[in-house]
Amino acid sequence: MTNILKIENPFKQSRRDFMVRAAAVGGGLAVGFGLPATAAQGSGEPAAEVGLWVLIQPDDGVVIRYARSEMGQGSMTSAPMLVAEELGCDWNKVRVENVDTNANLRRKLPWGPMGTYGSMTIRSSQEYLRRGGAVAREMLVAAAAQQWGVPAAECKVDKGVIAHATSKRRTTFGKVAEAASKLQPPTDVALKDPKDWTIAGKPIKRVDIPASVNGTQRYGIDTQLPGMLYAAMMAAPVFGAKLKSFDASRIQGRRGIVRTMAVGDGAVAVVADNWWRAKEALKDVTAQWDEGRNGAVSSTSITESLRAGLAQAEAAVAHRTGDADKALASAAKVLEADYFTPYLAHSPLEPMGATAQLKDGRLDIWLSTQNSDWILTNCAKTLGMAPENIYVHRTQNGGGFGRRGAPVDYAIPAVLIAKAMEGTPVKLLWTREEDTTHDYYRPTAMYRVRGGLDASGNLVGLTARIASPSIAAQFRFPLKDGVDSLAVEGFHELPYEIPNLRIDFVQRDTHVPVGFWRAVGWSQTPFARESFIDELAHAAGKDPFEFRRAMLAHEKRPLGVLEAAAKAAGWGEPLPQGVFRGIAVTEPYGSFAAAVIEVSVDKNGGIRIRRVVQAIDPGYAVNPDNIRAQMEGCTAFALTMTMWGEITIKEGRAEQMNFDTYRMMRLSEMPKVETVLVPSGGFWGGVGEPSVAPVAPALCNAIFAATGKRIRSLPLKNEGISMA
Amino acid sequence: MLKLTINGKPREVDVEPEMPLLWVLRDVLDLKGTKFGCGIAQCGACTVHLEGEPVRSCMYPVSAAAGRRVTTIEGLSANSDHPVQAAWVEHQVPQCGYCQSGQIMAAAALLAKKPNPSDADIDAAMTNICRCGTYARIRPAIHAAARGVKSAKA
Repeated sequence: MTNILKIENPFKQSRRDFMVRAAAVGGGLAVGFGLPATAAQGSGEPAAEVGLWVLIQPDDGVVIRYARSEMGQGSMTSAPMLVAEELGCDWNKVRVENVDTNANLRRKLPWGPMGTYGSMTIRSSQEYLRRGGAVAREMLVAAAAQQWGVPAAECKVDKGVIAHATSKRRTTFGKVAEAASKLQPPTDVALKDPKDWTIAGKPIKRVDIPASVNGTQRYGIDTQLPGMLYAAMMAAPVFGAKLKSFDASRIQGRRGIVRTMAVGDGAVAVVADNWWRAKEALKDVTAQWDEGRNGAVSSTSITESLRAGLAQAEAAVAHRTGDADKALASAAKVLEADYFTPYLAHSPLEPMGATAQLKDGRLDIWLSTQNSDWILTNCAKTLGMAPENIYVHRTQNGGGFGRRGAPVDYAIPAVLIAKAMEGTPVKLLWTREEDTTHDYYRPTAMYRVRGGLDASGNLVGLTARIASPSIAAQFRFPLKDGVDSLAVEGFHELPYEIPNLRIDFVQRDTHVPVGFWRAVGWSQTPFARESFIDELAHAAGKDPFEFRRAMLAHEKRPLGVLEAAAKAAGWGEPLPQGVFRGIAVTEPYGSFAAAVIEVSVDKNGGIRIRRVVQAIDPGYAVNPDNIRAQMEGCTAFALTMTMWGEITIKEGRAEQMNFDTYRMMRLSEMPKVETVLVPSGGFWGGVGEPSVAPVAPALCNAIFAATGKRIRSLPLKNEGISMA
Repeated sequence: MLKLTINGKPREVDVEPEMPLLWVLRDVLDLKGTKFGCGIAQCGACTVHLEGEPVRSCMYPVSAAAGRRVTTIEGLSANSDHPVQAAWVEHQVPQCGYCQSGQIMAAAALLAKKPNPSDADIDAAMTNICRCGTYARIRPAIHAAARGVKSAKA
């Protein structure tokens, strides 16, 4: 139990923890506790477990285990690619299967953490996955060499075939797998130099895509069980309000309605034989809520509180270099600007929900989740049951973006309903309106940035004050010295060479729940930072690209990605009449991401985005085409945010309900995106989120170039700017 | 009892006439390929064909579908080899995949009507939401499907 809690705290999970775990996992072999870890074992299909990550079938079929969640980011393909690379199998014979959450728990976590967030799957598990492939290869080779009576070192492996050249003997993985599975796994294996890769580094088609084009992909919402009932739920409209009473008299005797119940202390659910009946009936259930004082909170009052935070004397220091106040006091020119970013909802297209059944002292829960072992822990805690008796069945996620990561609000109500209806499987599904109005939102924030230029236009000092609700506090993670590192990321480790810096943070929590939204702090701090750098460049009379370049002279990776984006975009070359560019560079999730955006703006503030150039340096590019897809998707996600994204609060509740008021980009609005991959090697960075980071500032800097109007508040729709 | 024709097969369902077609497909007939995204015909995840025309089934009363041919993603092709499906695999369009049944049904309906659509035709027909932002691949995949380009290998 403590083990689980330790690995599942998404905030505390450090790279060091992963490395320690990787070392422990790489060499170990889980020898049967009679618990199938994957369906290949559970289905009775014959397969020999060779090490932890590989199962080999007699017909040379290869099953590679995948311990994380797939939600569109593609690591269900790229993680197994790393195993296959070291295994030396034929990729065309690979099938990927999910590691079972309960088996992982009972075997004491041999497959490591299962949570999927922070663009972390590849960078945090690459070492033990590659070792897992290499261990299996060596066991298979050892088995063949033993049968032949030859030294294992003389055997070569190619696409699942083991050969011994001098004796001209050949065999396949399938023929020696059974013997290999009984060998002691080696503790010390050599890993390939990435330059010798034949599977990783190539554009491999994603393993989950065939099922996504013919309707057979199964998401949490698609769970179907014999005798299953359906639940619709309404939580208190004012976040955190308590249920006083409800009246279900109007739905008594209505077709299909089984039961109306309180769920926890802040929600009401209707259970029926069909979800639509439950949802329709719920409209006729009235509830009384105790809203406390939060019913008076509005966006205006929250923004006032943030603004007061910008001005107050005391703040937690996130970073300090030199003496920024002194530098600013003696600067030739000082600029100051306030930036604002709003609350945002995640809105994955598959609505929230889960199916749960409590029966015979065992809970089964089927759901889309980014964090199945966190769900397991919380189900156990909710029911007061041993974690070993909780079975979490995770499916492909119909989008995640952080919504299904740290929160458990989409799962625990299903558990409570299942407990009230013990024995019966119940599928809880939220409406889109319920989702939009009950999210853990990307926090709103305000930034006050000051910068001082010397007489030559060099940036000699910079201060940034960040006032924001704290995600860390929301999930009860400790703040180090009063700083929420998620709120200040992007500011506190600036790559720019600036001699005097002070970055501080003012925590301004409200009753509005906040959480991890794709790119987290990196979804908003770059808007303030990279827009302000642009302001400084213009004030210094310098080209925004050259201004950044000069300050990155000693930081080759951010410099490299900045130059790659600029070069691909033809920065400095003349543009057609009426077309203007903006640029931004960032360093999120262990990677480096830069963008150049070209726009034209008409007289009415209508913008046309002519071109988006996205560049990324993730260190190693494991599945390059998938990285390009992530960069394209990040562009759409970030443009949606920049153009239209805002959740506003009125009378303590979210005002937006559905996609008619919380607007998403559509295909006709999608600009041309050119993706530039510049993997420089020597490190492992994430790819699912980084390319969100540079989009808003690159666009707003282009708008400034086109119009002279500096955008300091998002979304653009509130600044008189629309998509032409 | 309402008589329906789903993917060429006659089906009878005993439901309220106003129940949206989506929930009859998903919860009564267990055809889970058609998805629920918004419930207000905004996102298009629930797109099916009614007599070949794309409709958003989350707001379409089942009674209005009685006696008419309904095609869902499960019935689009026998072997997942409709040119749109093949192009979707070849261009690696889906990310999470959740909206893609609806996207594919919308694209297939467009191509049935306009075998060689312009970009403007695609803009007008493809109004479905993809939260992952796969739009950059949907457009070239539709053009490829229009050219009859089939996936060489999935």
